[in-house]
Amino acid sequence: MVIKFQKNDKPVIITGAKDMPPMGAALGSMLQNKTGSWRNVRPIIDYDKCIKCFICWKVCPEPAIKIVDELPVIDYDYCKGCLMCAEECPKDAIDFEKEGK
Amino acid sequence: MKKTMMGNYAASWGAQLARVQVIAAYPITPQTLIVEKLSDIVADGDLDAKFIKVESEHSAMAACIGASATGARAYTATSAQGLALMHEMLHWAGLARLPIVMTNVNRAMAPGWSIWADQNDSLSQRDTGWMQIYASSAQEILDSTLIAYKVSEKVLLPTLISFDAFFLSHTMEVVDMPDIELVDKYLPPYKPDYKMDVNDPRSFGALTDEQYYYEFRYKMQEAMDEAVDIIKEAGKEYEKITGRLYDLIHPYRCEDADMILVTSGTIADTTNVAVDELRAEGKKVGNLRIRVIRPYPKKEILEVVKGVKKLAVIDRNISPGYSGIFSQELKSALYNEVDIPVRSYIAGLGGRDVKIEDIKDMANDALKNDAPNDLIWKGVKL
Amino acid sequence: MIEIRMHGRGGQGAVKASFVLAEAAFQGGKYVQAFPRFGVERRGAPVEAFTRIDDKPVQIRSQIYYPDGVIVLDPTLIEVVDVTKGLKKGGWILINSNKKPDFFDFGDDYKVYTVDATEIAVQNRLGSRTAPIVNTAIVGAFAKLTGIVTIDAVFKGIDSSIPRFQEENKNAAKQAYDSIASG
Repeated sequence: MVIKFQKNDKPVIITGAKDMPPMGAALGSMLQNKTGSWRNVRPIIDYDKCIKCFICWKVCPEPAIKIVDELPVIDYDYCKGCLMCAEECPKDAIDFEKEGK
Repeated sequence: MKKTMMGNYAASWGAQLARVQVIAAYPITPQTLIVEKLSDIVADGDLDAKFIKVESEHSAMAACIGASATGARAYTATSAQGLALMHEMLHWAGLARLPIVMTNVNRAMAPGWSIWADQNDSLSQRDTGWMQIYASSAQEILDSTLIAYKVSEKVLLPTLISFDAFFLSHTMEVVDMPDIELVDKYLPPYKPDYKMDVNDPRSFGALTDEQYYYEFRYKMQEAMDEAVDIIKEAGKEYEKITGRLYDLIHPYRCEDADMILVTSGTIADTTNVAVDELRAEGKKVGNLRIRVIRPYPKKEILEVVKGVKKLAVIDRNISPGYSGIFSQELKSALYNEVDIPVRSYIAGLGGRDVKIEDIKDMANDALKNDAPNDLIWKGVKL
Repeated sequence: MIEIRMHGRGGQGAVKASFVLAEAAFQGGKYVQAFPRFGVERRGAPVEAFTRIDDKPVQIRSQIYYPDGVIVLDPTLIEVVDVTKGLKKGGWILINSNKKPDFFDFGDDYKVYTVDATEIAVQNRLGSRTAPIVNTAIVGAFAKLTGIVTIDAVFKGIDSSIPRFQEENKNAAKQAYDSIASG
């Protein structure tokens, strides 16, 4: 059994129980796990339409939307592109484009 | 300082001395007094803890799991049907390796509706990955709570402390409360290596495929094996501050015994008195109280019983379709190791009193009969 | 070891009485155990409670079947319950009653004592006139009867186990201690 992990930017190799934590806990911080690479569509906020209701911030399951200077900002390092934000935005202020085009 | 108190209150004060930080509990007879007293203690400011009122025992354990996962010292208490309702969460606490300590007042499972002593409730939870202690005095309830946190936080396994309904829960006796300064030295704050922390977010209990799950079970078993010595060490360390020694098993007059009675809970204490009387009649009988059943102290038990001619187990519980559970455990420990006939008695189910005379009857029956027997119903009305 | 059985009616404080008795003995340096008959107590129904007192920790954890003494908090119970059941030969019966001990006939095997704990409780305003609380008076009488605990230990027991009306309770205990009648 060889499973590779990233722990604080260092690779960890698990070959058996001795390398594992006692419970099902990730070895490293979840911040190391840049889930943004999973994304195939990219949501984009149109700040002209945004009314700062923060429904997008609330519904983001990751959560990859942060509040910066009283505006919702998408953290593309972690956004998986699920588009829940675009679906729920009451002003249709969030559009999306295909990744890698 | 010595005080008189009911067994239930010994559990409350044990939790207070352990400085538990989160208590989540749901009341059930005969446990109610434990959490009632704790809510008083918290309300009076004598314990800096969050007391969470929940809508069920399942939620009580879920709240303890959440609290413990963030690194808090969590406590709850329950009994019988309440413990059964927690069952799913007990597995979770075990496999999440959370050092929660829970008090369970051993009460018969319904129906017929019963509030009296019986060990089937806690023994049904034997395989959930909790360490299990069976106390036989109010003093031991308090002391075990402190020792349990010490051990649990070291091996990362939860502990269930059980004791007989009414025979201990509602019986007042003398309890020596250790000084909080001594307890604080014995039991420093819990500082886990793995905890839920917003500044170091990690995933816990995520999907675990067959590449890992098997190894987590292996690690849990390793922890249980380790716990045997750690329970002994924690007991000896506790003896240094209080003068009271607790081990996984407590043999009484077993050294030169021809026959040993194997007991647990309050029946064990009464058996000590019965053994004295039997000895006075010239019968070489001893009593082996099993205090901890998980981890099972197999080596320690074999050490005590190896030279004995016969064993008699008294079970206040039954696995329907087979026999008493302490009896099964004992027989599996003996198998492949020593050849000693075991006679297994069921007694005291549903809180029926087990008197000195009853214990002497069972002992005399076992002394007279050499054939092993898996199931003898003491005093059943036919 | 001495074993005592308490007979009362639900709501009368028999369980508390067994605890106060144990507390007094504990304050006198003894090891104790006190417990109710493990049932579901109902107001007015006959209830029992037990106390064990010893010089060493009590290990027996079954109920008491052969008491050394019996305390009857309500004399009307004698008609309903066999209060001498299992009572050891030569044992004592302490009854809360305004009658003289020879009013009660339990044969020659037992020694009967009476104390008017109800009147003493009423005089000291313990409980209400219809439901006086007789615990502490009974414990005072017990101290005199057995000599197992001193009246001072009873006072200490009252201080540590009864949160209110401690002086009244002590007076009641002392009055009962002084006025218990033997047959």
